[in-house]
Amino acid sequence: MSPDLVALAVVIILPLFGALIAVAAPGHGGRIAVTVALGTLAAALVLLVRVGGAEPVVVEVGTWSPPLGIALRADGPAVLLLSVSALILLCVVLYSRPLIGSRSARMNQTFWALLLLLWGALSVIFLSRDLFNLYVGLELLSLTAVALVAIEGRRETLAAALRYLLFALTGSLLYLLGVVLLYAVHGTLDLGLLSGRLGTGATDGLALAAMTAGLAAKTALFPFHVWLPPAHAGAPAPASAVLSALVPKASLYILLRLWFEGSPALAGEVVVQSLGVLGALAVLHGSLMAFRQERLKLVIAYSTVAQIGYLFLIFPIAAGEPAGADAAWRGTQFQLLSHALAKASMFLCAGLVVEAAGHDRLARLAGFARAQPMTLFAFGLAAVTLIGLPPSGGFLAKYLLFNAAFDAGVPVWSLVVLIGGLLAAAYLFRPIALAWRAPDADRTAFAPVARSRQLLPMLLAIAALSIGLAPGGPAGLMGGLP
Amino acid sequence: MIDWLPVLILSTSLVPALITFFLAQENHFWRNLINLGGAVLKLGLIVFLLIEVAGGTFHEVRFDLLPGAFLLLRVDALALLFLTLSGLLWLLTTIYAIAYFDKKPNLSRFFGFFGLCVFSTTGIALSGSLLTFFVFYELLTLSTWPLVVHRQNPASMAAGRTYLRYAMPASVALLVAILWLEHLTGPVEFTSGADLAGIDPATLRLIFVFFVAGLGMKAALVPLHGWLPAAMAAPAPVSALLHAVAVVKAGAFGFVRVVHDVFGMEAITELGLGVPLAALASLTIVYGSVRALGQREIKRRLAFSTVSQVSYIVLGVALAGPLGLVGGLAHLVHQGLMKITLFFCAGIYDDRGGIRWIEQLDGIGPRMPWTSVCFSLGALGMIGLPPMAGFISKIYLGLGALQSGAPWVLVVLAASTLLNAAYFLPLLYRIWFVESSTEETLAGRPLGIIAPAVLTGLAAIAVGLFAGSALSPLGWATSIVEQNYLP
Repeated sequence: MSPDLVALAVVIILPLFGALIAVAAPGHGGRIAVTVALGTLAAALVLLVRVGGAEPVVVEVGTWSPPLGIALRADGPAVLLLSVSALILLCVVLYSRPLIGSRSARMNQTFWALLLLLWGALSVIFLSRDLFNLYVGLELLSLTAVALVAIEGRRETLAAALRYLLFALTGSLLYLLGVVLLYAVHGTLDLGLLSGRLGTGATDGLALAAMTAGLAAKTALFPFHVWLPPAHAGAPAPASAVLSALVPKASLYILLRLWFEGSPALAGEVVVQSLGVLGALAVLHGSLMAFRQERLKLVIAYSTVAQIGYLFLIFPIAAGEPAGADAAWRGTQFQLLSHALAKASMFLCAGLVVEAAGHDRLARLAGFARAQPMTLFAFGLAAVTLIGLPPSGGFLAKYLLFNAAFDAGVPVWSLVVLIGGLLAAAYLFRPIALAWRAPDADRTAFAPVARSRQLLPMLLAIAALSIGLAPGGPAGLMGGLP
Repeated sequence: MIDWLPVLILSTSLVPALITFFLAQENHFWRNLINLGGAVLKLGLIVFLLIEVAGGTFHEVRFDLLPGAFLLLRVDALALLFLTLSGLLWLLTTIYAIAYFDKKPNLSRFFGFFGLCVFSTTGIALSGSLLTFFVFYELLTLSTWPLVVHRQNPASMAAGRTYLRYAMPASVALLVAILWLEHLTGPVEFTSGADLAGIDPATLRLIFVFFVAGLGMKAALVPLHGWLPAAMAAPAPVSALLHAVAVVKAGAFGFVRVVHDVFGMEAITELGLGVPLAALASLTIVYGSVRALGQREIKRRLAFSTVSQVSYIVLGVALAGPLGLVGGLAHLVHQGLMKITLFFCAGIYDDRGGIRWIEQLDGIGPRMPWTSVCFSLGALGMIGLPPMAGFISKIYLGLGALQSGAPWVLVVLAASTLLNAAYFLPLLYRIWFVESSTEETLAGRPLGIIAPAVLTGLAAIAVGLFAGSALSPLGWATSIVEQNYLP
């Protein structure tokens, strides 16, 4: 077997296998997770280098090629997402070890297993080319994500988890409905084989509508976002980091593949425009809500609602003049990657705030700049990416989307990018300014936090910046609109 | 083969800044050594680059980001004019800040962001393309905010909020202007300018309005000036940075680049954009002066004076003629020298004498002679007393106005001179001719805070006295205009 195939197998199997061991050996969850994280990151980087230098890596499981068998395919966008999620998960695992280690035995047993299962599900989704395989990954992802929200068992997080479950299951069912309809007509679920044939069947329109709606609900596109803020703000901070940074991206990734690789011939103007409008509304609504929150984790969670909105602008832009399509495709991926890194960094920062202060109420954060300057700095760097200021991955995303909107002859969509950046500046500078204030007279003491753990969000924020400083490599891997 | 010189000169500010963040508060020796060392090294590099540019070698380095998007650093004569000013004043401000803050808290953070600010300013000076300019312009906004709110009290937090409320929309305006223009013309480099042929004049005018909004905020053009007086809550070295070294200068410098290197004088004249911009600058000159008259706090009076004085540069640029541009460019340096002297002195009055209000200046002259002499030099220069720096600027602006067929500008200059005298002379009268009401002794004033003020004060005279020399700012500005902007 070539090293590519080994790496591809490791990326999927190692996290799933690690999850099993973590259940079997409850006392060693942390150590297992670190080993798995390092191994998976290494495998993802191998894939990144190999795919960057040559062709996509394709594996036909059991040597049966589609439509009989199932193909796994690591192409540019897939390996970028694999690498970024491996980096985020490694940081999350390192961050969580002291935190989870101090909790109950039950927490120790379940947290690591769930986290690794979730990782496995992400890998399956990023690499699969089969719509049913994707469904299996999606279900696994949703269930582990819901469990992570509920893991602390507090009343309000259980309520949030239940609402999340409801949306996730409805989304899955809609997606599954679409899959069944497509299979009945075309006799295959392989994306490559479906490409160009979508839209020819009588029920294809219904199937695509159902799948799009289901995936949009899982991605928390406005107005299906109501489950996201309480769930992401209620989960333990390291879990929130993964939930907010990566989980919605997985369903969006499927949606992008379905629309732009499956390239349905019946891409209705109404659907495309309304996806864009919903994205724009998500940016506005999420930002305004983020500005009104009194708790840091809720600010960050609503910011996710807003940032996801940008990812839907590609639909109307790609439907315009073809000149803007490639820039839109790359801009969307830059937004996907840099938001993932920055958002994970922010939630880890919020976790450090909670650990130090015992709460995350913005009004009582005065003096935090003195207590943990590095954490606040990391939060600021992550904010630079989310606002889209140069030189960050977020800036490049907005630069490309702005240009794409102009090139596609639909400059109105560039307004969303600009207004969203301004609103992001408003809601992200607010917590920074509040934490910057000199300590009050009745100074609230901040518990000390290990310096090494403050480095982790910093590392992620710097990674988000460096995408903007050296974008050539990633841009090459992203390719043009398929 | 990459030309490392522009990168090296950027890193003389960036590396000290990054190291400084990690130094402990008590580590005064290393922090001062690194920051001063960086500033001195940078001056050395600037001198080397001056020789290179005089010899006709323009160092340039390009980093490709994406197809059609690149960062370009280029050392040309105009870049060096701004670079020399900021490099020199950075060194002096660092010396001043070290003495001013002494053992106050949060110094590593302060000097870290201070270094980042100068790094961004250097980047603005060296930018060879619009996109590069934007990147550093935004970095400057970001690195200034922590300095404005350095004191962490409610007043400075409010000032920081005001600063961002102006800066963020302005940044959006500038981004729109740049991306829209580049969408029509392709990437714009300052050496070649934008190819405006075949573009609808109405669109170009609209793009120019966005440029004015984006750059006018930092240059404190009315009505985008409100953040500058508010930012007076920051400590004195920050005021020096905002008013003389970096922020307002970045806006004014941006106007030079956009008007002369992107659009070009002919296009500006053809599109009829010069006169409205000159009118806006004139309005700002008069308005800033009138508002300065009404201020009772020394630093606020100086702040409104900056609003007024920076627009001289914009005015010179907007006249879209060679002599006006010479005056504007010379004033870029002159205003920096004079205003930094005034702010150094205001900081000493405040910090060592507890003097913040104009009434408190009574009889301070004999009690703080060095500071008061420097303050007086700065003030007289601002009024435009011959042969000081401000006089030279005004002469050339006036000549430029006549050359460009805008004699009404002379009225603005005359009115402004009268107003300058009206708001500065009462201060000098109080300092030197009114009896002091108290006899209490004042806190010690170390050499470190006096010497920079004396040096910049003397420089403000020297650039006027030796304006005829080719090495003076005026001589330099003249040669830049002759080499680059004359048909």
